Amino acid sequence: MDDLLSEFLTETFENLAVLDVELVKLEQNPNDMELLGNIFRLVHTVKGTCGFLGLPRLESVAHAGENVLGKVRDGELDVTPEAVSLILECLDRIRSIMGDLEATGSEPQGDDSDLIKRLNAFADGAAAAPPAAPAPAAAPAAPSSGAVVSLQSIRPGKTSEASIYEQIGGMGTIDAMIEVLFNRVMGDLRLKKFFENINIDHLQGRSRDYVAKIAGGPDSFNEADLKAAHARLCGMGFNDAQFDAFAGHVQAALNTLEVPATISAMIMGMVFSTRDEVVGRVAPGEGVTSLQQASAAAAAPVEPVAVNPVAELQQLVESVKTDARTDKQAKPVEAGDSKDSAVANQTIRVNVDLLENLMTMVSELVLTRNQVLQILRQHKDSEFAAPLQRLNHVTSELQEGVMKTRMQPIGNAWSKLPRLIRDLSHELKKKVDLVMIGQETELDRQVLEMIKDPLTHMVRNSADHGLETPEERRRAGKPETGKVTLNAFHEGGHIIIEISDDGRGLSLAKIKSKAVQNGLASEAELESMTDQQIQQFIFKAGFSTAAKVTSVSGRGVGMDVVKTNIEKIGGTVEMRSTEGKGTTFVIKIPLTLAIVSALIVECSGERFAIPQISVVELVRATSNGELKVEKIKDTPVLRLRNRLLPLVSLRELLRLDSSETTMNEDTFIVVAQVGTYSFGIMVDRVFDTEEIVVKPVAPILRDIEMFSGNTILGDGSVIMILDPNGIAAHSGQMGMGDSAAAENMSKRSRSVSEEVVPLLLFKAGDGAPKAVPLALVARLEELDRATIENSNDRWFVQYRGQLMPLVPMDAYQQISTEPGRQPVLVFSDREHSMGLMVDNIVDIVETRLNVEISAATPGRIGSAVIAGHATEIIDTGYYLSQAFGDWFGSREEDTAGRGRRLLLVDDSAFFRHLLAPQLSAAGFQVTSVDSPDRALALCEQGETFDIIVSDIEMPGMTGFEFCETVKKAGPWQGTPIIALSSHANPKEVAKGRQAGFDDYVAKYDRDGLVHTLNETLSEIRGAA
Amino acid sequence: MSISRESSKADDQSDTLAIGSSDYRDYVTMSIADRLFGIPVLKVQDVLGQQAITRVPLAPPEVAGSLNLRGRIVTAIDVRLRLGLDRRENAKASMSVVVEHDGELYSLLVDSVGEVLSLNVKDYQRNPPTLNPRLREFSDGIYRLNGSLLVVLSVASLLNFSGRVDAA
Repeated sequence: MDDLLSEFLTETFENLAVLDVELVKLEQNPNDMELLGNIFRLVHTVKGTCGFLGLPRLESVAHAGENVLGKVRDGELDVTPEAVSLILECLDRIRSIMGDLEATGSEPQGDDSDLIKRLNAFADGAAAAPPAAPAPAAAPAAPSSGAVVSLQSIRPGKTSEASIYEQIGGMGTIDAMIEVLFNRVMGDLRLKKFFENINIDHLQGRSRDYVAKIAGGPDSFNEADLKAAHARLCGMGFNDAQFDAFAGHVQAALNTLEVPATISAMIMGMVFSTRDEVVGRVAPGEGVTSLQQASAAAAAPVEPVAVNPVAELQQLVESVKTDARTDKQAKPVEAGDSKDSAVANQTIRVNVDLLENLMTMVSELVLTRNQVLQILRQHKDSEFAAPLQRLNHVTSELQEGVMKTRMQPIGNAWSKLPRLIRDLSHELKKKVDLVMIGQETELDRQVLEMIKDPLTHMVRNSADHGLETPEERRRAGKPETGKVTLNAFHEGGHIIIEISDDGRGLSLAKIKSKAVQNGLASEAELESMTDQQIQQFIFKAGFSTAAKVTSVSGRGVGMDVVKTNIEKIGGTVEMRSTEGKGTTFVIKIPLTLAIVSALIVECSGERFAIPQISVVELVRATSNGELKVEKIKDTPVLRLRNRLLPLVSLRELLRLDSSETTMNEDTFIVVAQVGTYSFGIMVDRVFDTEEIVVKPVAPILRDIEMFSGNTILGDGSVIMILDPNGIAAHSGQMGMGDSAAAENMSKRSRSVSEEVVPLLLFKAGDGAPKAVPLALVARLEELDRATIENSNDRWFVQYRGQLMPLVPMDAYQQISTEPGRQPVLVFSDREHSMGLMVDNIVDIVETRLNVEISAATPGRIGSAVIAGHATEIIDTGYYLSQAFGDWFGSREEDTAGRGRRLLLVDDSAFFRHLLAPQLSAAGFQVTSVDSPDRALALCEQGETFDIIVSDIEMPGMTGFEFCETVKKAGPWQGTPIIALSSHANPKEVAKGRQAGFDDYVAKYDRDGLVHTLNETLSEIRGAA
Repeated sequence: MSISRESSKADDQSDTLAIGSSDYRDYVTMSIADRLFGIPVLKVQDVLGQQAITRVPLAPPEVAGSLNLRGRIVTAIDVRLRLGLDRRENAKASMSVVVEHDGELYSLLVDSVGEVLSLNVKDYQRNPPTLNPRLREFSDGIYRLNGSLLVVLSVASLLNFSGRVDAA
């Protein structure tokens, strides 16, 4: 296949893809003229290119489509679903012809007359309506048609002109002629005024149609336009000088197209012959008749110039045609795209295989560089050092550059989806809204290619199986239009793609019966499975719960294939579904299959790589330094900048030999972050960072969730790459969409919405064990009792250069004066710290809080069953106020909260009791309610608030729904709302913003909350 | 060790040498715990001496680790453990035979690798029913040699871990 043709194919396929998307958009916004113009231009380009390449079949189909679009643009036709369907059908035909063209190198045989007829009929059907084409729009058609009027007038004498249009190379050639001419004319100041307030696209189209018509091509020209144009020209006073200028441009255009001199002289003769009529020397009042007479008359002077005009014309046509074919480079620049050409020159098309090769080579280069650097390290004073450093840098830059060439926005993989959804919704008689978020998220081309098909399949599934019919939705109390949402974003070196629908969800009953039917599980087995596990059956081969196989889904490709394909590239698919509410698939795939930067660590003599992207910082803990690892029962923690950081021992996690010292005095801690969860990984040694090429692990090792891959280091040894997500999931925190974690989660609690809170258990005073949320505790200290001082019946200790008040658990509690160490929980707020004296710290547990309120004792929020014991949850607010009468008072000046009315919505009594005192201490007048319904009731009673703080996960109405309701209408519409959630990951935040939340704060971030409140309020004050 | 006995034995007769045009088959021989084993020579990519093997924590016990073979990562399988035999004494050097399975390279650790033998198919026979069940699971059949037996190992069953119950 020659280069020209393959370039045409690539370009046209791209254009078609864009067209699909744009047309669907147009259907939704029929009045978007810009969009329509864009579509028209694209179809026009397709058609023009086909003409140039001598592809009559494609060209005629495209032309018929363009006709319809032209009418739509001129307002003669409305943008109806039928129109769009017809155009889409036309595009499909083009695509299928092009497919054959690509395969065979020539246009396939076939008959498109049926489609063309329908397109034309559609165009004409509306064209019969009163011609709505605005008169001015066609005005300067006259000058250009001046020449062709004469052309037409010579026709009657001859018989064989019918072939001119075809010989000319069809529409493409005429387009080129017209476009060259227009480009010139438009740039001429003398002629400019005739084009003011005129739709040039339209005019160009009209002129082209006219030329096509008189050349014997398709007749889609409207005579009325010509009349109107002539009238306008006469009205505006087209004078001799302007006519000469115009003629000059015609001459120049002919020259550009390298028309032989004799022929162009002849054409010019024709043009000049129309002078009298165009400049209005013929009485303008005679309108059309005079024009036609004049053109007939104009034939006469032409005859003597050329003895055989038609023969000459055909010659001209031939020359233009060859010109157009040979001079393809010059044409696009000349003919219209001049404004894009600058951009076009900046990009080149490169074969993908070439890029792949480059990438492989660069990977190898990087590895070799690493090896060389490794050797260099052993020979410190080598003279190679300097050049090798240079090589090192160049290699890094080269690698970066090559990586960039492979990155593409994920939107490329989605471009087909709007069309797909549109066709689906028509076919299935469903109303479907496709929402795409994060199209610009970039990922490796290779990965992109591999997820394209699975994605398409899943979106199709969502629309087909997931969404209900409008009637079903109405009955279920949902809006008729179903929503399929695609959301892509980066997270920790991965791309997360979510495909969610708000449809019927997965029916557990159906899955169960199908599983039994297919022999995948027995009834008894199903009984013991969690809902999550049952839902996983849809990933099994040959599993479809759709009652009937539609033409859309059920093509023998199931979710099992999707899953296999995604796993092939090291990705995972997760699914969450709530019957009646919808289904969400979460695909997690690596950003690139190539190179990442990683930190090399050692533990028990084994080396591991940790992807740099999830490493926040490195901390060295020593036994006697400021930073040391402490143990709360068996859980190691680190106090790091006023926070307690949970630690994971890599040795224990990976069950490495612990023959060495069980608890190393000096240990390195890699602080890693997964989502919003930070934790430390304890290792023995830390080496440097290295660029590594991630290779997937062997299938047998794939189940080990601690590893994301393995790699070969510079020294040639193989090491495993740790997956912080897997480690986080394993250490008890909910990793993002991780299957094991999800399973863990569902084992611990069936309902995910209930919150798991890490609590610090301790004993103090008599009675039940006490607990406090770990997040509220800044540090744990053991103070030497000798340092505790008593003054004025209050206890203090000198702590970090300040006097820190110590508060006993109960006022009557005897403070032991025996020498020894006193365990203290330190609560910290800005520069203030306060210590709560306890007897001993017991453990850290993660549990759901189910507080039964008992207001009997001050300082207690209530009791809960934790680790099998009734445990008192203490109210830190109470002790804070005990320690400092002015605990919050000193900050009053810098709070915006003074006297502001705040509404706190949270279903958990625990949090209401925890937050309300803190917020009121910060100066707010706090009203707290336990559900959005109560809050809305207050709204109806006419209560007003300055700001609302709302939880997200609540039974019944969620925080999102609450926020949407409030923001939609009513007296609270303008009240800022701040979301409060324990799952403050970026995705939730985005969702929150969408729902209308002004800000998003993590649940335990007390400082953050007060800060956000102040900021939000002062913003509003500033704006007011 | 509680490795499942219910592994897939039937599904891997593909390696079995059907009687073909030639009467002789070539095998790479190896010894494990003083027993003679063989793998069809065409399946073997490399024979390696002692290698630096990176241990993979949390992996099934039979997985000895990973090693670098000319830029490719190869998973090392300890055939002794796979066959349910005792762990090799530490001091003893091991050799390995590299095979490809499902596009992945595996290195089979054995005690030593011997010569390549050309064996007559008429000496071949199916696994006798009395063969150790553990061996039978991973064997395609045996050859009677002069004074000894050669057990033909089935690479596919050796590397098929899907049927195993998690023994870790």
